[in-house]
Amino acid sequence: MSETVKNEVPLWEVFIRPRNGLSHKHCGSVHAADEVMALQAARDVYTRRGEGQSIWVVRSKDIVASDPQDKEELFEPTADKIYRHPTFYEIPDEVGHM
Amino acid sequence: MDAHFEYVLRLADDQLVLGHRISEWCGHAPMLEEDLALPNIALDLIGQARMLYTHAGEIEGNGRNEDQLAYLRPEQEYRNLLIVERENGDFAHTMLRLFFYASFMELFWEKMLTSSDEVLAGIAAKAIKEVRYHVRHSAEWVIRMGDGTDESARRLEDAYDDLEAYCTEMFEMDDVARDMVAAGIGPDTQALVESWKAKVEAIFREAMLNRFAPVEGHRSGGRKGQHGEEMGFLLADLQYMQRTYPGLNW
Amino acid sequence: MYSQGLIGADTSTEESEEFLRAFQERIDAEQKIEPNDVMPAGYRKTLIRQIGQHAHSEIVGMLPEGNWITRAPTLKRKAALLAKVQDEGGHGLYLYSAAETLGVSREQMTEELHAGKAKYSSIFNYPTLTWADIGTIGWLVDGAAIMNQIPLCRCSFGPYARAMIRVCKEESFHQRQGYEIVMTLAKGSPEQKAMAQESLDRWWWPVLMMFGPHDSDSQHGDQSMRWKIKRFSNDELRQKFVDATIPQAEYLGLTVPDPDLKWNPEKNDGRGGYDFGAIDWDEFWRVVKGKGIMNRERIRDRRKAWDDGEWVREAALAHAQKRAERMAAEQQAAE
Repeated sequence: MSETVKNEVPLWEVFIRPRNGLSHKHCGSVHAADEVMALQAARDVYTRRGEGQSIWVVRSKDIVASDPQDKEELFEPTADKIYRHPTFYEIPDEVGHM
Repeated sequence: MDAHFEYVLRLADDQLVLGHRISEWCGHAPMLEEDLALPNIALDLIGQARMLYTHAGEIEGNGRNEDQLAYLRPEQEYRNLLIVERENGDFAHTMLRLFFYASFMELFWEKMLTSSDEVLAGIAAKAIKEVRYHVRHSAEWVIRMGDGTDESARRLEDAYDDLEAYCTEMFEMDDVARDMVAAGIGPDTQALVESWKAKVEAIFREAMLNRFAPVEGHRSGGRKGQHGEEMGFLLADLQYMQRTYPGLNW
Repeated sequence: MYSQGLIGADTSTEESEEFLRAFQERIDAEQKIEPNDVMPAGYRKTLIRQIGQHAHSEIVGMLPEGNWITRAPTLKRKAALLAKVQDEGGHGLYLYSAAETLGVSREQMTEELHAGKAKYSSIFNYPTLTWADIGTIGWLVDGAAIMNQIPLCRCSFGPYARAMIRVCKEESFHQRQGYEIVMTLAKGSPEQKAMAQESLDRWWWPVLMMFGPHDSDSQHGDQSMRWKIKRFSNDELRQKFVDATIPQAEYLGLTVPDPDLKWNPEKNDGRGGYDFGAIDWDEFWRVVKGKGIMNRERIRDRRKAWDDGEWVREAALAHAQKRAERMAAEQQAAE
């Protein structure tokens, strides 16, 4: 990606749990040499306004991502399986909320 | 001067002057992440200073507010430790100074939690959380620099050699401090030396830094208003607006 | 803060018409483009250039305001200014991260900035000479930036749009703190009011230049608009800014240094708006090309911070490697 520049400080992805009860959500990235530094950088960069209760960091290169080219075969086959959704089934109004 | 007022003012000056120094890094740090980390620390310290100045003004009872105390005294009425006014130097000097000072303040604020001055105890409760992070952040950098490259280890040693003379002053007791111990307001800082030494040397070991915690420094005088030559320049910046345009609101 | 009309982007692209049409359909359907999606080379290049310029502007933008952190007149102002300049560093960081998703590294972008190859907002090549400038920058420079940045929250490129949402949310205090500073001066002593007016006189025209060249002279605006990287033209944004700002200046009792400024009820489809005088584009291009007051100093300071920091970054990397090796050895010993 950028072999021209030596000694790059690695990139980490940052996930923050805004408060207990919610899941960690991706919020950006930081550069850090190691995991201790990455956590502190994430704290200093992404929680300056009380945005977090918990932080995860993970090396960007360790994330395995699906290929957007595979989108059709991965995700479109579910589109016609409408019987998985509650609105597929007709229940008379008299029965009440179900 | 009233000992209680003097005591709180000293504390306020320490935090302000170090906060001021650290704020000088904003925009000039070695990496962008540190451009964010250092101002966080400076903001903590300036925030502590504001509460302390306000409290000092209340103790004094002459209606002086935080800004009048922070900005409008002659140099020899500033009572900060010499270590906090030293110029930043390089990143190693900045971080080692912060580590020495924050490790001391962590112990200090812990004792202050039970101060008979309830306002100080309240400030301590807030400050202790902040200063623990300062210790953590600076200690990690001390370790990284000590156990990094030859150059970083050499720079850390140079920083140590510059700073070692200034650490003892943090623990000094004088009449004001003794009065405060007697009144249950402040701790006996001499009693903090051993814990501080242990903490510093534990981090030095991790940093592979072949040095002892510096407890026999010869520089002191800040508490009496006898500062280093750099202090006048710091105040020239700090006081510039208030001195050039006296008595205005900003 | 501080995006400026993009300077000198190359939007040329060489894909087949069919590919470009399919891509355009996605854009027209308001679908967001994500980093690993296929995209025209011109789209990628334009974004790298624009996000990079935007990030550099944030980082260089720390310098003129940072110049006053140690001289702020009260502790409250000092804390607010420090927090604001720090935020700008954060915004630069978010933006570099967004650009990095496109396959360019922060180090590469930084080196381009230091080599003088990458642009940043020309406004930061002006000096901050008085405390009033800190107020004026917050009020006008951040105000102009907000005009630019709010539409960028809907940019077609997902990471850029997300970064901008975060930036806009954090930035809401910047313009207010600036305006409050100017207001305090405008309501203060005659000396303070003169300081505020003098500052406005110096910054007004450079701020209007922040929106970039007129639409008629802007070569790449159209393609950026079609790709929904940009949502409004330079002139539209500039007009919105002037219309929003003049009443704010009037409230302060300050005068914008433009004898041609006049309310025109016909403007903006009959809703009314301000006519304003001609911008000195020679000055703009002079500054963009490096002949502004502070161009050399800004790059010199950035380069110095980077060069002085090299041993620190190297130490961190060396230590990380040692630590990793030690941990691996311990693990091996345990097995």
